[in-house]
Amino acid sequence: MSHAWLQNLLYLALLLGLAFPLGGFMARVLEGQRTFLHPVLGPIERGLYRLMGIREDEDMDWKAYAWSITLIKLLGLVAVFLLMKTQASLPLNPEHQANVATDLSFNTAVSFITNTNWQAYSGETTLSYLTQMLGLTVQNFLSAATGIAVLVALIRGITRRSVTGLGNAWVDLVRSVLYILLPMALVFALFLVSQGVIQNLAAYVHTSSGQVLAMGPAASQIAIKMLGTNGGGFFGANGAHPFENSSPLSNFTQMLAILLIPAALCLAFGQMVKDRRQGWALLAAMSLIFVGALSVCTQAEVVGNPALNRLAVSQVASTVSGAEQPGGNMEGKELRFGPGGSALWATATTAASNGSVNAMHDSFTPLGGLVPLWLMQLGEVVFGGVGSGLYGMLMFALVGVFIGGLMVGRTPEYLGKKVEAFEMKMASIAILLPCAAVLIGTAASVLNPSAMAAVSNPGPHGFTQILYAWSSSANNNGSAFAGLSVNTHFYNYGLALAMLLGRFGVFWPVLALAGSLVQKKHTPEGLGTLPTHTPLFVGVLIGVVLLVGALTFIPALALGPIAEQLALR
Amino acid sequence: MNTQLRPALVSFLALSLLTGLAYPLLTTGLAKVLFPHQALGSLVYRDGQVLGSEWIGQSFTAPRDFWGRPSATVDANNKPLPYNAANSGGSNLAPSNPDLHNAVQARIATLKAADPDAQGPVPVDLVTASGSGLDPHISPAAAAYQVRRVAKARGLDEAKVRDLVVAQIEGPALGVIGESRVNVLKLNLALDQLR
Repeated sequence: MSHAWLQNLLYLALLLGLAFPLGGFMARVLEGQRTFLHPVLGPIERGLYRLMGIREDEDMDWKAYAWSITLIKLLGLVAVFLLMKTQASLPLNPEHQANVATDLSFNTAVSFITNTNWQAYSGETTLSYLTQMLGLTVQNFLSAATGIAVLVALIRGITRRSVTGLGNAWVDLVRSVLYILLPMALVFALFLVSQGVIQNLAAYVHTSSGQVLAMGPAASQIAIKMLGTNGGGFFGANGAHPFENSSPLSNFTQMLAILLIPAALCLAFGQMVKDRRQGWALLAAMSLIFVGALSVCTQAEVVGNPALNRLAVSQVASTVSGAEQPGGNMEGKELRFGPGGSALWATATTAASNGSVNAMHDSFTPLGGLVPLWLMQLGEVVFGGVGSGLYGMLMFALVGVFIGGLMVGRTPEYLGKKVEAFEMKMASIAILLPCAAVLIGTAASVLNPSAMAAVSNPGPHGFTQILYAWSSSANNNGSAFAGLSVNTHFYNYGLALAMLLGRFGVFWPVLALAGSLVQKKHTPEGLGTLPTHTPLFVGVLIGVVLLVGALTFIPALALGPIAEQLALR
Repeated sequence: MNTQLRPALVSFLALSLLTGLAYPLLTTGLAKVLFPHQALGSLVYRDGQVLGSEWIGQSFTAPRDFWGRPSATVDANNKPLPYNAANSGGSNLAPSNPDLHNAVQARIATLKAADPDAQGPVPVDLVTASGSGLDPHISPAAAAYQVRRVAKARGLDEAKVRDLVVAQIEGPALGVIGESRVNVLKLNLALDQLR
């Protein structure tokens, strides 16, 4: 047996083990309680509020909250766009990277403000260090922090009674960045450098044999790229690049960093709604789907590519001393990670809205590639993006109690709040908009000959490349079947639209729903209440998530990866 | 919405300076002090010249050197340029793509031509392109497969070369994290020292 399975087990144990203390810490920060970081960072926090002219206890209704989040995203959009359009005349550009084309600049700006980090460019051939730092690194922080803020507003909608205020967006944003994201990123970045990830402002190095080594401030961006479920690579090869992910340990810790905050937020949620079992139930549902997906992907990649079986090549893992080899499907994979470390990364990165890759998903086996594709299509609620994963999963939880309520003929409620027609409308919009964007975008591409010309692999796999691109952007993931040539007007603008829809089209209905919940009275638990912390509810929740994902996408998946797998021999 | 303009602008500017300048520059400074070798790319020097980076593979094609994994990187004009460390990337060939099958077949033929008496199937990592195109490692099996060719081309004792390879093997961290591997650049440099 490949030790990939043991690596998976160790990963799950560490992930869940670390999520508990971090969840408790984050709940304290988000509720405004003091932590061990406050003596140092407290003055900075208060100074920021004074500069902004706000008070900590100033409440916003849902519309003001949503507009605040929208405003800071629009400012980010303008800033990244302008940096890319003018980088040639700005400092920190030792390689003299030229200004970037308008469609690519727009696509990239949208991609980073929406936490998608879809990349139609290669960092080392396109961007100056200033653009990477002041443009992209900033959005790595802010897009994650806005995800946390929206989640916290939704939680307040559940816990507060008969009021209109959801908290203050600026306070939630500042606290997320200052106490959670920034300290973790700094420590993690330094650890990555110790492993061989580069961090400098030097010009590219020319070796005596003529090789040119790309340089740059990579570690600081990669740390928040992983912790904030962003995923945008400093280099074109993303986490496969040795300067971005140098060692097995850097790989393992980066994989942990992908799911750590999303997992911990489930536990923070339980603490904030004053019923820890609620957090455990959500975490259990996510973990169970994750384990299933991970097992399929690992098995598919460890077994290897059937099409190569007739050649004189060995794809069988060996542990014979002095002749070890990982075997498996190694096209597009790095040796230090092997098929196991690549399958685990692919599953984690698409369960979350991370979208980084440490291996080329385009070269995965059909079933191995189906797993990341489908995880994205489920709406990235299996852990999911920082904040956005849990607020997405809570939408499914509402649908779950609604279906449960229909079965027994009672008005459904979740954590003491009645779930009525308006809430169901908002939850349905938040769940179905990205699905619609995926299918409509894919159909539009297939009907457009110039969009079809972007495909690089023949047969069903070519269709999968297109389906993957739309699934990735509409769900704000950002990973790609990278063979598709997406740096065209059609894809740059079309996918940008899908990314905007996938972010704004979800957090607006979520906040509207929160604004409705927060005004409701608390309904005491009765005989007809469906408890939402039991194994039964975990089962209902998993069922709802899988059912929506299956009903929406199985026809498309049958045309792509499933057809390819059946034909592969 | 107007009342939110000032906090929006101020928080955006302040957080941009904090996370976009202060944080990366502080990281750069601390990295330079704590891990100067790694921060600058773990460069390998010989006679005062930069030979490369221990983390970035190089294109070795002579029979007397151990070869690394195939690389699908290209130059600025999209022409193949293996191990181009200024433009990383993989082949993105699908498992079902006949081009992948043919490329693997051709690589096997090249290996067999360089060492006609080589026994057994070729380890898969030696005939498949890596994700970055810059993979610095091959598996111990892929190194073992090349020992005879290298020993013959250098006029060295096969057992001596084999021992050198074994000495260069790095195992998985904690026994399960990552894979056993051999760094091709380091192996070839160690080989140059052997006589």
